[in-house]
Parts: sequence; C-alpha cells; structure tokens
Amino acid sequence: MSKLIRLRKGLNIRLAGAAEKILLPEVAVTRFGVRFADFPGLVARLEVQEGSSVRAGSVLFHDKAFPEIKFVSPVSGVVKEIVRGEKRLLTEVVIDQAGSDRIDFGAADPLRLTREEVRTKLLSSGLWPVIRQRPYHIVARPDAVPRAIFISAFDTAPLAPDLDFVMANTHGNHLQTGINALSRLTDGKIHISREAGAVRVPEFDNLKNVEFHSFQGSHPAGNVGVQIHHIAPVVKGEVVWTIDLQDVVALGRLFATGFHDRERIIVLAGTGVLHPKYHRIRTGATVSGILGANMRDGSLRVISGNALTGRRITPEGSLGFYDNMVTVLPEGDYSEFFGWATPGLMKFSYWRTFVSKMLPRKEYDLDTNIHGGHRAFVVTGHYENVLPMDIYPVHLLKAIMAGDVELMENLGIYEVAEEDFALCEYIDPSKTEIQEIIRSGINLMIKEMN
Amino acid sequence: MNFLLKRMKKIEPLFEKGGRLEKLRSVYDGFATFLFVPDKVTTKGSHIRDYMDMKRTMTVVILALMPALLFGAYNIGLQHTRAFGIIDWTLMQMFWFGFLKILPLIIVSYVVGLGIEFIAAQIRGHEINEGYLVTGMLIPLIMPVDVPLWMVALSVAFAVIIGKEIFGGTGMNILNPALTARAFLFFSYPGWMTGDKVWIEGLTKGGGLDGFSGATPLALAKLDGFAQMPSPMEMFIGTIPGSVGETSVVAILIGALVLLVTGVGSWRIMLSMTLGGLGMGLLLNLTGGNEYTQIPAYYHLIMGGFAFGTVFMATDPVSAAQTSTGKYIYGALAGIMVVIIRVFNPAYPEGTMLAILLMNVFAPLIDHYVVQANIRRRLKRVQTA
Repeated sequence: MSKLIRLRKGLNIRLAGAAEKILLPEVAVTRFGVRFADFPGLVARLEVQEGSSVRAGSVLFHDKAFPEIKFVSPVSGVVKEIVRGEKRLLTEVVIDQAGSDRIDFGAADPLRLTREEVRTKLLSSGLWPVIRQRPYHIVARPDAVPRAIFISAFDTAPLAPDLDFVMANTHGNHLQTGINALSRLTDGKIHISREAGAVRVPEFDNLKNVEFHSFQGSHPAGNVGVQIHHIAPVVKGEVVWTIDLQDVVALGRLFATGFHDRERIIVLAGTGVLHPKYHRIRTGATVSGILGANMRDGSLRVISGNALTGRRITPEGSLGFYDNMVTVLPEGDYSEFFGWATPGLMKFSYWRTFVSKMLPRKEYDLDTNIHGGHRAFVVTGHYENVLPMDIYPVHLLKAIMAGDVELMENLGIYEVAEEDFALCEYIDPSKTEIQEIIRSGINLMIKEMN
Repeated sequence: MNFLLKRMKKIEPLFEKGGRLEKLRSVYDGFATFLFVPDKVTTKGSHIRDYMDMKRTMTVVILALMPALLFGAYNIGLQHTRAFGIIDWTLMQMFWFGFLKILPLIIVSYVVGLGIEFIAAQIRGHEINEGYLVTGMLIPLIMPVDVPLWMVALSVAFAVIIGKEIFGGTGMNILNPALTARAFLFFSYPGWMTGDKVWIEGLTKGGGLDGFSGATPLALAKLDGFAQMPSPMEMFIGTIPGSVGETSVVAILIGALVLLVTGVGSWRIMLSMTLGGLGMGLLLNLTGGNEYTQIPAYYHLIMGGFAFGTVFMATDPVSAAQTSTGKYIYGALAGIMVVIIRVFNPAYPEGTMLAILLMNVFAPLIDHYVVQANIRRRLKRVQTA
C-alpha cells in the first residue's frame, strides 16, 4: 500500500441503528423511479410519455446541454407516471416493471476498444451518468478528458455500509473490467482510496491499472472530494472524475455482459428500522420492498442516502441514483421544555457543552429536529475542525452569499461538493443551510463559466 | 409542561401575520423559543442537526461570567467598608450590599438592550438574537459601580443601535458592543469613568475617610509610581477598586476555564493576548525609560481590565479575527497595545478597552491577509501539481 494520509479533522456521528453484516437476497419489486433531483444542473428533455413501453436500457430522457448524456430505464415495463412538482417541474419518472426484456449493448473487452468506443458505449447504455466530475460534482461532461479518476473504497458517513463487505458479496468479478474501461477514458491515473488498516480483500489485491491510497480519520475522510484534495487537488481549468465503487462494477458488468444492470448492495439502517441489515437491490427500485414491516411505529422519515446528505423520500419512494443506503430516522416534531439548557446526558454533540461528550457511550438516538433557530454566523474556528481541507469554510460561504465569483474561485469552490460541508451544517449553532448555499454557489459558477 | 405548551400553541396564531398581535411577533417568538426548543424539523440539507444552538452558546458565556459577577458584588461591599471605615460587616452583608448595587445596573442594561433587540427583530422579521444576553451582562461588569443609571441606559442604546444594529445586528457588527458602550461613556462623561471616586459606592456623594483614595492600581501607578500599588496578591484576588467585574483575576480565570473546557471561547486569543501583554511588559522592563516601564511585566496581566478583556472581550467571535492564524496575530497585538497605551499614553491610565476596540477594527484586515495567504498557497499548487 501507499503512503498513509492522516486526517485529524472531522467527526464521526455516533448514530444508533447500525446494520448487522447480514446480506438479504433481492426482494421482487415492481415499481421503479428515476428522480431528476439526483442530477443537479440537469435540464431534462423527456423521450417517453406516460404509457410508453420501455426495456431495461431504453432512454427515458436526456440532458439538454449534452444530448448524448442519456438516462435510461433500469427495468423493462411501462412508464406509469411522469411526476411533476411545483411550476410543473419534472420530479420523477415512475416505471411499472413488466417482463425482463433488456437491450443488449454488446459485450466487449474495453482494453481492445478506443477511447471513443468506450465513451460511446457508456453514453448509449445510459451508464455515463454514474461518472461525476469535479469541479461542480455533476454528471461528467463527455467532451472533457479527465486529469485522473478517483474512487473512494470506504464510506465514513453515519451508518454507511462497509464497502469491503459489499465487495465481498458482489456478484461476478467485474471490478477489473470496470477499471479497464475507465483507464481508456483518461491519460492520468485511477486512484482508489482505502481506509487505513482495512483488511486485505481479494477484490483489491490483484487489481491492476490503479494506484492505491490509504486514509485514516473520521468522517468525511471517506468523501472522494476530501481524498482528491489530499492526493492531487483540483485546480482551475482541470477536470477530474469520480465514480462510486459499486458503479465501477456496473461498468465492468456492461462490458462483460452487454447489459445495463445496476444491481447493488445497500444498507438499510437507522433507529427507525427494526432489523437493520444489508440488502441486494437495483438502483431506482422502490424501497417499500425492503422496508416492508421492518419499520418502527411512530413518525418516521425515510431517507435515500445517509443522514447528512441523503434525500427525503416516502416509504414507497425509490432508491436514489447514487445512493448506497437507506436511512430511517424518527422525526423530531416535538417541543422540548428548556431543551437548550439541559445537561445533555443523552445528546450526542460535537460541542463540549454537553455532558455526553465526557461519557464513553457508543451510540445515540438522533432525530430530525433542528434544535434551534436560524441565526447569523457567530461562532468561529469550529467549522474548520470538521472540514479536512485547506479551505476557509465561512469565508467561502460568505463569498457565495455575496455572489463574488472570483473570490469563490480563489477560496476553493472547484474542489468542493455540498457533501463535504455536511458536517459544517450539522454542527452549526446558527442552523445555516450550508449545503444549499454550496450548491447555489456551484450553480452560479456553472452559469458564469459558460 | 404540556399544559403550558398547549396554551402557547393556542395563542400563537395571534402573533402570526394578520393576527391581532402581529406587532409583538418577535416578543412571542423570543419567549416561546426560550421556554421550548421548537418542534421544527429539517427540510433541506442534513437531516440531523447538533443539539447546540445560539441560546446554549450564550448561556455558557453567561455562566462563565458568574464568578466575576459574584465576586464583584462582594468587592463592592468590601470597598465600601474600607472607604467608610465600617468594621463590623459580615461577608454576606458586604455581598448583599454590592448585589443590590449591581442589580439595577443589570436590569437597566437588559431592559434597554433587549427592548431595542425586540424592536430590531420585529422590523427585520428575524428571530431574537441571543447575543445581547451576553452583552447585557458584560456591560454592568465593566462599569464603575457609581455610574448613574441613565448613563448606562444611554450607553446601552448607543452600543446596540450604533454599534450593532446599523451594521445588521448580531454577527455583523465590527466593534464589541459592550466595549462600545463603555467607550461611549468614557469619552462622553469622563468624570464618571475615571478618577478616584467612582469605583467605590458612595464616594461620589461625598463622605469617606479622610485621605482615603479609591483610585485603581493603574491610576496609582500613573500618579505616584508603583510603590503605592496594592500587592500582587491583592490584585490577583481582586480586593481592589475597579470596574464591577474586572478586579478578580481568580474569578475571571474560573470563567476562562468554563469557556475553554466547553470550546466556546478561543484559547488562541486568550493565549496570544496574554503572551503579547507579558512580552511587551518584559521588553519595557529591559529597555527602561520612565518609572512606569519598570513595573514587573506580570503586573500588567493582573492590573485593571487586562484579564477580563482577554477572557471575555477580545474573544467575542464576531468582532475578533475569525481565522485561526488571524486569532494569534489579533490577540498578540491586542496584548501589546494594552501595555503600550498604559505605559506611554499620558491621558489614559487603562489601555485594555481601547486596545481591544482598536484590534476589532483591524481584525477584518488581519483576516484578509490570512485568507490572501491561503489563496496564494492554493494558486501555487497549479505550478507544482
């Protein structure tokens, strides 16, 4: 293994409800959905209508700016509904599964293909959107060649799946094929970051064409953006790509079998779940299949993704495009008498103003209450403690709020994604919506740079 | 508590937009969220949020101020007995005497300051900012005990309106509001803020023992050289004349401990300011010049408002430097400035207030250079990468 990178900043939120390492087989699910909100910056052009028949791999919609970026149906069936929200904004395409008809995009050894051929295959099969780029943390633009590609092989978010366990149980050995496909798309290196002290996993031992890195530290050490910052930071004018480990396998599967198949292993966790475990599921599948009778009573929130960055869905909602977990948490819709003044024995906190900080307790039950009201930024010197990057978080946020594009550029907007700032938002006593501000800053940059 | 909650929920619509008591929305809101942390849940961003909020942050600071306040009450009584030659008061009598003197100061400070805050919050459509809970406690602690109440009210109004609200309220101000209040009185009514009478209750109204001087150690040092000063131990414990809460270094250190253990106060500022003051004092000891430069350097840390300013004023996160590197520079310069003003300025015996206010003004500049250094460092990576 390569040099160890130690991160001293960060915070592991000791949330209760972690999953047992037991993998349950795939549950038959007949409803799937593709959500537009999973792709920030996307302006979608629909290619189907309600009632259209689709096959697994049929195009549902494409991007307006780059029409070659296509988003396809994960299964065969019929478009049940095209859901629109406020101002008739597209929110989701819902598909009812029927049959198992799927488009064959043709198997091929990526190492024998040219860069253009690999690119074309990924674009036409609808797997392209699994690749995202920095700057901006959006679907990679097909007209760029990335300086390097980064893959995080561990997830440090609250209750996140153990990716070594996931890899050990993944069907077929397509990781190398996926890496090979990616290697055709860049002249640079493919970096995989693993957690320091992780056990040897056969899937990684013999992997070729990659460079390994080893990270030690609390969340967000597993965020690929943080890893890029410490391996080879993104500077102005450069593009790097990121891709989830399980999606590298999906790429490999495409080249090995010819089919668009994003079967993956996710974790269902959180204190709202009776039996938190691992599940095999396909991206886009409704989570009602795995939730079933597995939810506790009471007011609960189902989140596709982790508790810090995930998206709220209904119990019938679908698994997000990039998500590797479903979190169920109790809603915090209660008023607490003098809540701000309690000693806080049972209250997990970043702050040492709570007695819990001195207790060895391992797990805490957290809910979705904001625990306070919105205020201007007052405290200083703490946001930096949970952002392991050479970036001044509050100064960047203020530059975004002021719309100062040059300053944003100078302060590191190209390197960050909202997920990297999630902990700043979590600890903030002023209850600022920091992730939203970061995304609005990124959107402003995209607009200004075009 | 359910009964109370139900009652409050019942009257809530009155204060909402269109309700009969809409103009009191900020007041209702302030009290409601004081009693109950609201039942609001996250709608975007992180689904879970820390239990820490601004109320708790400010409460920690107020708790940290308590030792200084309690000692201040006792010391008012003590100084009074010394000035008037009273010999039979018990400790509790002294404390109670002082407490009754402080209470009106606190009440005036809170009533005037919070009143303005409520109005400002109503105009802006914001929730009440808790910042004034700390400011309102700080102001009585940095006043001479005999200051007239109307002056306190005036200075509070000035500090909150001119010092804070016109900049956009809590979090946006440049100067520390409590020090702004003190500076306002210091320059407008210097007779009430300096001298050898105002620090001891009753002296301004005449009386007192013949030949008794109620001057602070700093004034004594200025006038008669440091031979006249109280012993270092007395200054450390705080049984000397001075502003209500500033005299006892022991009590202030307990407060500092609270701020540091909870992480609410910046250790960087406290450390660098102490080292800055000490370093400047030592430098003056070496160079010599006038008699004042020969005061042992550590005296500067226990005299006057240095300790109080270092722990509670310079660390105000809004008006201090915000970057970690900036905090070291800001603190060190503030410490150096205190000693320079004390020793070299013929007009002012004390330099803490002015030094911190001066550094408040420079804090954004310090941060600017620290951030520019970060930007240059980041740009450099382009060439090396």
